[in-house]
Amino acid sequence: MTVSGGEVVLFWVLAPLMVLAALGLLFARKAVHAAICVVFVMISLAILYIAQEAAFLGVVQIVVYTGAVMMLFLFVLMLVGVDASDSLVETIRGQRVIGVLLGLGLGSILVGVIAQATFPPSVGLTAANAESNPVALARILFADYVFALEVVGILLVTAAIAALVLTHRRRLVPRVGQRQISDAKVAALAEGGLLTPLPAPGVYAQNNAMDTPALDPQGRPIEHSVSRILRIRGQERSAGHILARERAVLVEHEPELTARRFPELTAPTDEEAAADLSGEAPVPAAVPGAFPTDTTSGATGPTTDPATGPTTGPTTEHGKES
Amino acid sequence: MPTVTLLPALAHLVPASLPTQEIVPASTVVPGPFLLAPLLILLPLLGAAILLLAGRRSDRWGAWYGVLMSGGAFVVALVVFFSMLGLPADERVVDHRLFDWIAAGGLDVGVGLRIDPLSMTFVLLVTFVGTLIHVYAVAYMEHDTDKRRFFAYLNLFVAAMLVLVLADSYLVLFVGWEGVGLASYLLIGFWNYERANAVAAKKAFIMNRVGDLGLIVALMLMFAGFGAVDFATVFADAPEAGTALLTAIALALLVAACGKSAQFPLQAWLGDAMAGPTPVSALIHAATMVTAGVYLVVRSAPIFDGAPTAQLVVVLVGAVTLLFGAIVGCAKDDIKKVLAASTMSQIGYMMLAAGLGPIGYAFAIFHLVTHGFFKAGMFLGAGSVMHGMDDGVDMRRFGALSRYMKVTWITFGLGWLAILGIPPFSGFWSKDKIIEAAFVPIDGQEWRAWVFGGVALLGAGITAFYMSRLFFMTFHGHKRWNDGSGSPTGPLSTDGPVQHPHESPVLMTAPMIVLAVGSVALGGLLAIGNVFVDWLSPVTGHAEHAEPVLPVWSLITLTLVLVLLGVLLAWRQFAVSRVPIVPPHGSVLTRAARKDLYQDQVNEAVFMRPGQYLTRSLVYGDRQMVDGGWMGLAGLVGATGEKLRGMQNGFVRSYAATMLAGLIVIVAVVLAVTTGTGS
Amino acid sequence: MELTNYLVLAAILFAIGATTVLLRRNAIIVFMGIELMLNATNLTFVTFARMHGDLHGQVIAFFVMVVAAAEVVVGLAIIVAIFRTRRSASVDDVNLLKN
Repeated sequence: MTVSGGEVVLFWVLAPLMVLAALGLLFARKAVHAAICVVFVMISLAILYIAQEAAFLGVVQIVVYTGAVMMLFLFVLMLVGVDASDSLVETIRGQRVIGVLLGLGLGSILVGVIAQATFPPSVGLTAANAESNPVALARILFADYVFALEVVGILLVTAAIAALVLTHRRRLVPRVGQRQISDAKVAALAEGGLLTPLPAPGVYAQNNAMDTPALDPQGRPIEHSVSRILRIRGQERSAGHILARERAVLVEHEPELTARRFPELTAPTDEEAAADLSGEAPVPAAVPGAFPTDTTSGATGPTTDPATGPTTGPTTEHGKES
Repeated sequence: MPTVTLLPALAHLVPASLPTQEIVPASTVVPGPFLLAPLLILLPLLGAAILLLAGRRSDRWGAWYGVLMSGGAFVVALVVFFSMLGLPADERVVDHRLFDWIAAGGLDVGVGLRIDPLSMTFVLLVTFVGTLIHVYAVAYMEHDTDKRRFFAYLNLFVAAMLVLVLADSYLVLFVGWEGVGLASYLLIGFWNYERANAVAAKKAFIMNRVGDLGLIVALMLMFAGFGAVDFATVFADAPEAGTALLTAIALALLVAACGKSAQFPLQAWLGDAMAGPTPVSALIHAATMVTAGVYLVVRSAPIFDGAPTAQLVVVLVGAVTLLFGAIVGCAKDDIKKVLAASTMSQIGYMMLAAGLGPIGYAFAIFHLVTHGFFKAGMFLGAGSVMHGMDDGVDMRRFGALSRYMKVTWITFGLGWLAILGIPPFSGFWSKDKIIEAAFVPIDGQEWRAWVFGGVALLGAGITAFYMSRLFFMTFHGHKRWNDGSGSPTGPLSTDGPVQHPHESPVLMTAPMIVLAVGSVALGGLLAIGNVFVDWLSPVTGHAEHAEPVLPVWSLITLTLVLVLLGVLLAWRQFAVSRVPIVPPHGSVLTRAARKDLYQDQVNEAVFMRPGQYLTRSLVYGDRQMVDGGWMGLAGLVGATGEKLRGMQNGFVRSYAATMLAGLIVIVAVVLAVTTGTGS
Repeated sequence: MELTNYLVLAAILFAIGATTVLLRRNAIIVFMGIELMLNATNLTFVTFARMHGDLHGQVIAFFVMVVAAAEVVVGLAIIVAIFRTRRSASVDDVNLLKN
């Protein structure tokens, strides 16, 4: 049996890419990237199977592995949280060194085994695949392995049921209906709860972002109007922050108008700006720690001096992750 | 069915009684009525099961239900018996195989019933006397709160006894053997809230286990020698087997028989077994279970016939026990213990007869049957006396009771005459035959005839003395109990609780009367025309007629003279003269006999103490050396584990790393080896 | 080209998968490492089938795939269940067997 030139080319193109993708699994920080790498490896494997006269397995590889298994992985990743990425700190002492050493050792010893072994001359599957590969496989599968096939079928059913059982969530507390919710809200009034639905986030003429708190009639920001998730992630912006940007834009583009309508802007101070906004202390001080991005960006209230011009600070913060 | 079979049965009675010369091999063709035989066992077993399972719910009807089950078994026994009478003598031995039990390699044991004249004799005795005693117990146990448990055990006993006598193999017999042992244990310790009763039950159980060991050894020897344990095969092969094997089996069987029948040297438990309720003593420890040893010897006739040495040992055991029981019986003051000693002695007679070979087998069983009647009757009488005397058993506190309990007096008196062997009461017919047979020289050895005949003769005299002593002390002589009058001219004793002796209810007296009738007439009925001996001949074989060393008439006269002497002696001592309430010091022999001839002391000194020392030292050795070694090893493993535990950090990845390292090492080793060998 | 090249490729993929199992802590990525190892063995099966001209190797590879699919279903269900109770998909957080 001889290997065709096309297959040689195919192999030498795919093999390094597959190894690279596999290494991607090893090194990717995000699980989704790792999954994509594995999908690539598996599709490449399917191509290699077809090149190796295993057309049926190649198709099954694509359908079962890339189509079903890897999609299942991606689903679970979504369920668990897309950006749940490994921290890079190794918790087990020496595990990283041991792991690398063992991986290298395993690879080299396996390659050593292959190199040391003497293989018979390759036969090729032309004769075996005379009736086409799926038919030949079916002849073996439904004759020699029919019992194993049945058992595997039972195994699959069992696995499906097992998955159902494992992921089934039993209701541990009584169902919370509308009435219970309203009762709980009334009961929580004394501790400062809210009867009404939560207020919507702030929507201004120049800014309709979800990450900006609304202002109450007194002009104070309502913190819980911003989605809890954004607050936890520290992606919330303060009203003062937006106001400062607006003023900066005004001062830059309409200096006369601004000077006429807002004379105080020509020489604003931090305190005044804060007082304008809330009538109280500066916003970050009122809710300490709730506006982490503000404290880091230097946008605690309208600190940006109009004379220095606008900075790009506030906008870049969106891309920043912790 | 009975009416159908009764007429041909009677018609066949005469030809059927023709003696057969040979032991008849068992036929496997089961006649129709014999198919009922399993009911014999199932009915009482069902009774026991239902009574035990129903618990307190059966308190109200439990007693009569037990009577019904036992009575039902008796009816079935009658049906089978009459249909057997309808068969010719050489077709009366039938093996009725019920089902396969153990089929393992060379051993194939089935559960089946051996229905033949011998087993039917026992079945009739057990079910008839058993039913009577059930009826008696209904009244005797009336005020016992655990009555239905008592009847459950009684039914269990009847079922087990029937398994024992109906078994068609030694293994099934062993099941029944253990079953009656269990029932005996449960019934002796029935009032187990009293420590003495529980101890007595344990004693009986343990001594019986010694005998059971003998039976187990016999079973093993049979399996080794014959490859089978069923009667048919063993008996068929026995004549060809070596004497050594047969002697070994026979001696092992004798050990079993000694344990169950309270024969020397395993006799110590019977006296204590009187701790059980009196109906139990009557049924189990007089009429049926204790005679199982005799049954075993007679049933194993083909084995014993081939082992003359073992037969001599049987005779010796019988003779020793006969005298032993008789001597103990002379000194005891407890009415039930005298009867127990007497039972032991009478079974000694049966053993002696069974050891004599074919000439004695039938007489052994004959005496067993008559003894079953008169001794059960006397036990029931003793129970009646106890019933009237506030459960007292001390004969020195009885006396002159004949005026107060007429029926008990008469029925007991008839039993007394029967055991004495006064003609024409039934004991005469059976015991005299045994004495005659004992005087027949075996293999021309006249010394045996003189020794064993002499012992049997002497035993008859002593029996007469102690039974008369019992009878006179209880029913005649002077009142030695407090009748409440307080007059010094009245009873000898004014201390102790006031007694109001009275006759027992009819439920108790009726069985006594029936048994008394049996004591009077049964012996004569069965002896006339040799009916009983011929009836048994398909099983025991027919003995050649042999002449005793003395003429028969002189033996009968001699026996009667001795018996009358014994009675006269007892009359003079216990009826005419005053019996002291406090036992006199007595001679050395009397004191020894009161202590059962020091049987317990001997057992304790010879078996118990050394056994205890042995077990204690073994326990010490076990704790110190064996346990110490293993505990040390366990501690070592434990300590190592404790150290190694630190390696378990709980991280899956560490475990995976370990596995991978192992894999690499294995692959590397394989690689190195294959490279090294150049393969 | 010799077919052993495929075997070497499979060995390398297997080693990378094993290393992934050892080094990564996200249970899902660990699982993908296991899948990679299974695929590597499948490649050897297919290659040997071709080498010996015997389709039984492919049949075994097929069975491996089916069993792997079942395993993935159960494994992922376990991961989801653990994640639900512990809010974490890290294999290091599940160390109840410690000591």
